[in-house]
Amino acid sequence: MALEEARSKMDKFQTTSNVTGKRIRQYLEKNKRFDGRKLDEFRNIEVEVGVSKKAEGSARVRIGKTEVIVGVKLGLGTPYSDSPNKGNLMTTVELTPLSSPRFEAGPPKFRAIEIGRVIDRGIRESKVINFEGLCIKEGEKVWTIFVDIYSMNDDGNLMDAAGIGAVVALKNAKMPKYDEKTGTIVYGELTDKKLPLKKDIPISITAHKIGNSIIVDPTQEEEDLSETRVTIGFSDGIISSMQKGESTSITPEEMGEVFEIIEKSWKDVFKKIEKFVK
Amino acid sequence: MTNEQKRQVVIPGEVIVSGDDFLPGDGTEKTEKGIIALKFGLAEEINKLVKVIPLSGVYNPRRGNVVIGKVENINFNGWIIDIDAPENAFLSVAEVPRYVNKDGLDEVMDLGDMVVAKIWNINKRGIDLSLKSRGLGKINEGIIMKINPNKVPRIIGKEGSMIKMVKDETRCNITVGQNGFVWIIGDNIEDELFAKKAILFVAEKSYIPGLTEEVEKWFAKEKGGEKSAN
Repeated sequence: MALEEARSKMDKFQTTSNVTGKRIRQYLEKNKRFDGRKLDEFRNIEVEVGVSKKAEGSARVRIGKTEVIVGVKLGLGTPYSDSPNKGNLMTTVELTPLSSPRFEAGPPKFRAIEIGRVIDRGIRESKVINFEGLCIKEGEKVWTIFVDIYSMNDDGNLMDAAGIGAVVALKNAKMPKYDEKTGTIVYGELTDKKLPLKKDIPISITAHKIGNSIIVDPTQEEEDLSETRVTIGFSDGIISSMQKGESTSITPEEMGEVFEIIEKSWKDVFKKIEKFVK
Repeated sequence: MTNEQKRQVVIPGEVIVSGDDFLPGDGTEKTEKGIIALKFGLAEEINKLVKVIPLSGVYNPRRGNVVIGKVENINFNGWIIDIDAPENAFLSVAEVPRYVNKDGLDEVMDLGDMVVAKIWNINKRGIDLSLKSRGLGKINEGIIMKINPNKVPRIIGKEGSMIKMVKDETRCNITVGQNGFVWIIGDNIEDELFAKKAILFVAEKSYIPGLTEEVEKWFAKEKGGEKSAN
């Protein structure tokens, strides 16, 4: 057996066994899922806000056993020359080794970068942040929002958990105190003012295609079997961002199914997190 | 006073009893302060022997255990099996009771395949597995689930009473590996999912006394609900 072939097989079946994969596919053909859920059903979502004392806004999101912590920090920076009156947004994702045996310490790898970019795009393109409101002095000084996402446990669907966490943390963040005399931030003191956000709740939901079925909120096993992944970020029916992953193609009919299933689960998710994002 | 009442929850390093009157058993160690716990669990004292029944922790392989593992890698003369222990185990071609083409080990068992095997030897080189016994071999069908290996004795019950009850009630064939993997195979999806739910229930309630009655009640309730739902 060629070594490359063995390697690629090992990567693919790093944790999910062949029997389990076979059974999941058989179940899905009969519209059943491995853990008894419906195809468009999310696991239990738990949200906790203010988990970090030092961050301006923070949230812990659990979807089943998947857990992420998101912190929002504000710093001062110079604006980009093409947008002198706009603040900046930076999203970073750290997939910590303690959350899964698959993640290793070191510089962010492909998956971490992808999640970060998808979340960043979802928030930025939904125009939920009023970037002009983050300007302190045009062309010189603006606020920079740092959204830092840490995975605590990975049991599939980190992308959606991170997205929910980022929105909840942003919605609950307070502006830090700005000292006009010295031009610096007084850390440790928060004002009552919230970040300049609009009312939209941009949540990104990911649909996965396994065989001929489209599912949302996969567990780790299902994520391993995923053939195509489509993440759609939208707020109340208005699509603002999209990302397709994995190697297989998707037909227009399937894409229609994806839209339907995502819109339905968006409503479910929204109901569960509604009270945290007001 | 019954044994259940004497049990107390201990954490590693906690002194269970002091003095020279007691003997340290499984999960304990004798120090100057007395007998201390090495594991998180329930401390128990029977006839001056103190032991800790662990409530959590990784699987500790022992000779003779039947385990379920996954093929992690293929060697020139065998398979490396992940049995979720601190170390991977090795299954040699010589321990497979059938003809194996040395150039095509992956035809017998490929990466990602699950296998039921027995630990026949543990030495400092590693753990050796064998398939030379009844009921051992590659798993082709069914679902695999993972539970805490410390709950395996509760799942099996006294002389297999608990697992027999679950098997009869769900009409599924169930194999429990000592390392916490459970293999369920039934005629249809509903039975398998029901068996999975039952095992999760037993594992969750494993600490309560009178578990058998509790599980009987649970089955009566679930079956009743099933009938009324239909």
